[in-house]
Amino acid sequence: MKGIFSYGIVRGLIGQIVGWAAGIGLVTGIRALMGLAYKAEPAWVVGAAFGVIGFLIGIGAFRDWFAWAKGEETPDPEEIQEEPGVKRYFGFSLDHKVIGVQYAFLSLFLLVVGGSFALIFRVELVQTGMQWVSLNFFNTLIGMHGMTLIVSILMGISAMSNYAVPLLIGARDMAFPRLNAFSFWLAVPASLVLVSAIFTGGFDTGWTGYPPLSLRAPMGMQMFFVAVFFAGWSSILGALNLIVTILRMRAPGMNMFRMPIFAWATLATSIIALTATQLIGTSFQMVSFERLFGMGFFDATKGGNPILFQHLFWFYSHPAVYIFVLPGLGIISELLPVFVRKPLFGYKWVAMSSLGIALVGFLVWAHHMFTSGMEEYLRVPFMYSTLLVAVPTGIKFFSWVATMWMGRIRFQVPMLFLIGAIIVFLIGGLSGPPLGTVSTNLHMHDSYFVVGHFHATMFGGFIFPLFAAVYYWYPKVTGRKMNDLLGKIHFYLLTPGFLIMSFGQMQVGLLGMRRRIADYDPAQGFETAHLIITIAGFMVALSVLIFLINMFVSAKRGEVVTENVWQSRSPEWTVLPTPAPMHNYPQPIRVVGDPYDYGLKGARYVEVLPQQAGD
Amino acid sequence: MTAPEAALTTYRQKLANNRLGLWLFILSDSFVFAALLVTRFYLLGDKRPHLEQELGLIVTSVLLISSFFANRAEVQISKGNRKGFLTSILITMLLGIAFLVGVVGFEWRLAPFGPADGVEGAVFFMMTGMHAFHVLTGVIFLLIVFRNGLKGHYSPEKHWAVEAAANYWHFVDVVWIFFYPALYLIGSL
Repeated sequence: MKGIFSYGIVRGLIGQIVGWAAGIGLVTGIRALMGLAYKAEPAWVVGAAFGVIGFLIGIGAFRDWFAWAKGEETPDPEEIQEEPGVKRYFGFSLDHKVIGVQYAFLSLFLLVVGGSFALIFRVELVQTGMQWVSLNFFNTLIGMHGMTLIVSILMGISAMSNYAVPLLIGARDMAFPRLNAFSFWLAVPASLVLVSAIFTGGFDTGWTGYPPLSLRAPMGMQMFFVAVFFAGWSSILGALNLIVTILRMRAPGMNMFRMPIFAWATLATSIIALTATQLIGTSFQMVSFERLFGMGFFDATKGGNPILFQHLFWFYSHPAVYIFVLPGLGIISELLPVFVRKPLFGYKWVAMSSLGIALVGFLVWAHHMFTSGMEEYLRVPFMYSTLLVAVPTGIKFFSWVATMWMGRIRFQVPMLFLIGAIIVFLIGGLSGPPLGTVSTNLHMHDSYFVVGHFHATMFGGFIFPLFAAVYYWYPKVTGRKMNDLLGKIHFYLLTPGFLIMSFGQMQVGLLGMRRRIADYDPAQGFETAHLIITIAGFMVALSVLIFLINMFVSAKRGEVVTENVWQSRSPEWTVLPTPAPMHNYPQPIRVVGDPYDYGLKGARYVEVLPQQAGD
Repeated sequence: MTAPEAALTTYRQKLANNRLGLWLFILSDSFVFAALLVTRFYLLGDKRPHLEQELGLIVTSVLLISSFFANRAEVQISKGNRKGFLTSILITMLLGIAFLVGVVGFEWRLAPFGPADGVEGAVFFMMTGMHAFHVLTGVIFLLIVFRNGLKGHYSPEKHWAVEAAANYWHFVDVVWIFFYPALYLIGSL
């Protein structure tokens, strides 16, 4: 028994259960003292929140901070040598590489969970009429698919940026290692609370949680709010940490314009995540309080206004899609030169385009509300600002095409996924302007065309680059390469599967299929299209299954790699041994050139400095 | 470089990281309060809730004066005056508690509406509640700093916790400078 408790995650889970029970007990006790009867909703909301805190206490996330509050000294994270082995992946580790891998596992776990939700309701949609799920369960699955995958994506970008950014910029770790671990472990209990929404009545609003429907939804709605609130804090604190790391921890000689593009993309993403995320937390908190205390923010009978919710909600949730795609687009720009053996075309423009997308992204939220009944004079300005996003995005496309032009392309597995990402993101991007234009949006709003567009942007901007990044950095994590053949099967199943799915969704959308509905009229004549979309969806799921199998099998049986397997110029491949040691660079490094000068004679990027005396 | 010098350099680098981190946190947190201000003007427009004007003025003065003492505490510790530092922290904390009593203890009771009574109540209780929560965390932070100050943990060179507590306190104060006119002054009854 003692062996199990040495795993931090077990202590955390026990803490969560204890905290949850304590919260329910506390509220029920106070209500009993006030002479009120037991009421499930407030008790469970407080229980869920206490459960998250209980998890963090259980795993020891507060231990050092409590020590500081008591005035005790704690060891410097740089001096902590953690015992190597699998165990530290299940506990509170301060190593950014361990945390990155932990994020990746959580992300892939949620990807599987959220993807399975989609498979269940896709099967229901094959035929008209209701076959095997209830209406409430269908609605719950739609909302859960959305939010589970949003959290999965947030974890995925944190995985990539946590693992790669300190290595790329030559830092020994993140600026605040404890906060980094705290941000990750905050997301674990939050994910569990999110999944618990299914078992506490579900909710029927979709992932957007619009009032007034969300004011009347079953109690699962509240679990959803609590989960998003804490997952949002995880994202905010992670972003804060990344900004400080990128601005303050770069190796000597690495000025802002010698920084790898991925660091630029992470910086841009983190600026959005740091600020805008507060708005979704606040708006959900307001709905939650309206349900708990009867505060009439969004209730028209009390003088409130549901449109306000949409403004607050989309002020985060539109920039959120740039949070999702910017790191992925950064990965494309980062890895493309490695496999094309040519310098990145237009480095400064690409770096600035990430910031440009981030800043314009703050000004476009109301394009989700063209049909909502908001002030009509807002429509055209928001249409123009929305279309303006295409400019910095276009810069990225031109840069990728120009980088590949006349290059000596190596079609290794990561490169395949980069090409896939560019193609799929192009489709996602081109289907955007019809939705951003007011006149066409009025017809296509809330149709399956939106679903097709959105999935294309998410796959092109996140899923494909994530897979590329996993294949690319996997040897750095494990010391082994992932199987090439399985990787190629993964790619050639995923890409056509996804394209059929996405185009199919757009087509049924144009024919009149509404999104988020469980049933449709057979006279509309797209049953066959739905069948094809579902089969394509299963192809995507199968390809991901192959990827997961490949990942686990290669950890033991993969080809052993010790040297610079992709012939990259980046310091984590040229300087560090594989797999990467704790605290990264044993000797300080200095940056003496530009990062992407592939194929240029005599170009240098990093050099190792001699160890300082007396250190 | 000698060992103590190197240690001080490392400390200063970490201090710069911490400062940037705190400013980013404040930037992030200010979006919560901005959202609440937007809510207030979106829902109430040029109307304001019916509140006790004298009480509002008193609590606002109390909070503004407390920020002065928070600043004084930081100046005193960087000069090495431990006693003056402790006194100032204590006064800041007591003024903060007085503010909480004024808002939560009196204004919440005296207001002619509850949180469930219309949109005025919702806006008023959400704004003051969120702000009072931040004041409460600030008071707890000051309490920790005060206790560690009594034990003599801070020196003129190393007192990041004091600086952080003071800056956080100023932030909470600045938020109230926006909230006070939004709730008490702007608009008609």
